Amino acid sequence: MTDQLSTAAPAPVLEARGVGKTFTGVAALQGVDFTLRAGESLALMGENGAGKSTLIKVLTGVYQPDEGQIFLHGEPASFAKPVDAQHAGISTIYQEVNLVPLMTVAQNIFLGREPRNRFGLIDFRKMQEDARALLATYDIHVDVRRPLRSLALGMQQMVALARAVSIDARVVIMDEPTSSLEAREVETLFRVIGMLRSQGIAIVYVSHRMDEIFAICETVTVLRDGKVVHNGRLTDLSRVELVALMLGRSVEKVKRGGVTAFGEVKEGEGEPVLTARDLSRKHQISGIGLDIRPGEVVGLGGLLGSGRSETLKAMAGVMQLDEGSLTVDGKRVRSGSVAAAIKAGVVMLPEDRKAEGIVPNLSIRDNIVLAALPRLSRAGFTSRAKQDAIVDVFMKRLRIKAASPNQVVSELSGGNQQKVMIARWLAMNPKVLLLDEPTRGIDVGAKAEVQALINELADEGLAIVLVSSELEEVVEGSARVVVLRDGSVERELRGSEVTEQHLMAALVGENHAPADESPAEIKERL
Amino acid sequence: MSAVTSAVRLPQKGAALVFLQRYGVYLAIALLLLFNLFFTPNFMTIDNFRVQFIQVVPVLIVALGMALVIGTEGIDLSVGAVMALSAAVIPLYIGYGPLPAAILAVLAGCLIGLANGTMIALIGVQPIVATLSLMVAGRGIALLVADEQLKSVIDPGFLALGRGTIAGVPYSVLLALVLVGLVAVLVNRTTFGKQLVSIGGSRRAAELAGLPVKRVLITIYILTAALASIAGIIQTARLSASVPSTVGNLIELSAITAVVIGGTPLSGGQVKVLGTVAGALLLQLIAASLIKHNVPDAYSQITQAVIILLAVYLQRGKAVLK
Repeated sequence: MTDQLSTAAPAPVLEARGVGKTFTGVAALQGVDFTLRAGESLALMGENGAGKSTLIKVLTGVYQPDEGQIFLHGEPASFAKPVDAQHAGISTIYQEVNLVPLMTVAQNIFLGREPRNRFGLIDFRKMQEDARALLATYDIHVDVRRPLRSLALGMQQMVALARAVSIDARVVIMDEPTSSLEAREVETLFRVIGMLRSQGIAIVYVSHRMDEIFAICETVTVLRDGKVVHNGRLTDLSRVELVALMLGRSVEKVKRGGVTAFGEVKEGEGEPVLTARDLSRKHQISGIGLDIRPGEVVGLGGLLGSGRSETLKAMAGVMQLDEGSLTVDGKRVRSGSVAAAIKAGVVMLPEDRKAEGIVPNLSIRDNIVLAALPRLSRAGFTSRAKQDAIVDVFMKRLRIKAASPNQVVSELSGGNQQKVMIARWLAMNPKVLLLDEPTRGIDVGAKAEVQALINELADEGLAIVLVSSELEEVVEGSARVVVLRDGSVERELRGSEVTEQHLMAALVGENHAPADESPAEIKERL
Repeated sequence: MSAVTSAVRLPQKGAALVFLQRYGVYLAIALLLLFNLFFTPNFMTIDNFRVQFIQVVPVLIVALGMALVIGTEGIDLSVGAVMALSAAVIPLYIGYGPLPAAILAVLAGCLIGLANGTMIALIGVQPIVATLSLMVAGRGIALLVADEQLKSVIDPGFLALGRGTIAGVPYSVLLALVLVGLVAVLVNRTTFGKQLVSIGGSRRAAELAGLPVKRVLITIYILTAALASIAGIIQTARLSASVPSTVGNLIELSAITAVVIGGTPLSGGQVKVLGTVAGALLLQLIAASLIKHNVPDAYSQITQAVIILLAVYLQRGKAVLK
């Protein structure tokens, strides 16, 4: 692919050839080839765990590759630490601005390379003038004497960018730079990116927002499971094709029936048990509405950053809402209180089981009864008999494989830990079960068991909301799918629409998406 | 399932390590007693043990509270200041009788605990910072309350707490035993105890499970302060004087040491009540053994430091094993 481009394109600035990186036996990158040319803007794409951040860290000297070689301007280069890469002209802008919030804008821009006067002291006047001039070239006008933290986040990002570029950067790597920006700030960022490119600076752009990728990137490198699966011009791809590449599935393969353990699914009937209206929180979700009925599994689709986890968190009381209301069985639930949500019957299985779910040092018994403990106690004293009764029921029912209920939960396999988590919530007799990636990181057998269990629980009348980054899980496990994009509901798929093809189209914001649509047609719509 | 058998399959070296982590402090006490049996005259006598127990009581009671905060992955440096405040309050109200004075002293101490807990749980100040500030401020308040003066306390009922015995067992030791029992029940048999270790094990998971994390944390810091106040009262009774400028100085370090060598990890999630008792006893026995052999106090402190390092090293080994 890169050979085709090389005839017209300028010389490569930064290259990786055959780069591999392994962490404790797990290959994060394998034989990765990567080429970046002067003035190019390249989108680095991939789902969670595809190896994007590892590659960035290898390119910027945070990690050293185990295999392969990095080339800078055609010469072999190795960066022992991030500052080496910076000196070589590779700057990185992260999601969070990592500058010094209490220092002024000018001080931040010239941090570590302040202009000196003839006494060897910092020449503040010159520093401020230079900073002002530098920002003005990008049409950014701000009082450079103000502390950085007094600026809006977007403006801070611009300052970081200006600093990066002023250190003679030839390559600027941006990792989700827009995740906390307002629309207007994003425009400014794009304008600056355009100016940088015209100066021959190459941009690596990482973002989950398709609109941005297609708006400002020229070429794309797609990573999946640590390998490069695609390299080429972005204009040669449709959005659906790009997502298919990221997720590693073809449209044909999708048509061949199920791969999960879900049985038949049906839409719930009757009055919704949970009604969410206009759930909003700045930068994360806006105006999300949902109705969940007893006995149904509703899939919540969306790419990373679409607001799917945030929506669950909002409903579970983990995240404070700016606006919106949540009612369960007609009763309003206070926002931002986990205890209130649990009391109303809404419980959530968190995405990060290890950090947010299990209490690792406690036994299986203690973990299962954790939330239900007050009910299983009398005047604050725990009752072992009551605990054992419940624990026994759930260990059998969920087939939790363990030596005994006394076993420390961190010794269990991921699948069994997940079952312990589900048991913890079932012990609370919930009405609505919110599942965030219930089968992530668990082995195939346990995965099938968990999927079958979700089915069974819905059949028994529980209302379930399912978030999963595995498309087939969402499609086959849910009766209907609400698709989120950029924090809002994009559309809802029902009945025969619940297919991977429709879901993929909706994920990227194409309303009626034949996969064979030409790139030109997509461009037109952008 | 490989995970199920992993606990059994520990290598030999690991098993020894696990044994030391679990029973090291008891083993150390046994060895020390054995040493004293042969090399220290008049050590293994009832009179000597009575003295040792009386002396260990304040550290032990403070360490009980310290074990609770450490179980939540916190720390409380202000316990010495709390002792000073409770000691300072005693002479002010001893005129109303020993019990009202003691109650007011405990309440005064609890105010410091409330301040600690509020800063830590509600505002999110790091425990070490919050309690450090009250370690300094608390003693200042104590000195203000006491007018920066040493005051002797002569109420006979109050002094009995320091000197009286039942069947040869001093009141203060009995009180300490009762408190050990109460804390053990609290930790092992109550909802509160389980919530405490859950918060220490994973605060985020505890929050997401809907536990009243803030309330539990505030309560723990108040409890710890209450225990420290009781230690301050006992110390005052023993000295027959309220000495807010020195009472409880550096006791936080002894208490933390006792907790850590007793097997409660500084990373929280576990509280070893019996281990804490053993830890406090071990410290006391080491100090006593060295004194009996006329070793200067400085060496006793160095020995303590070595033991802390050893205990922390052993706990680190546990983490590596996992």
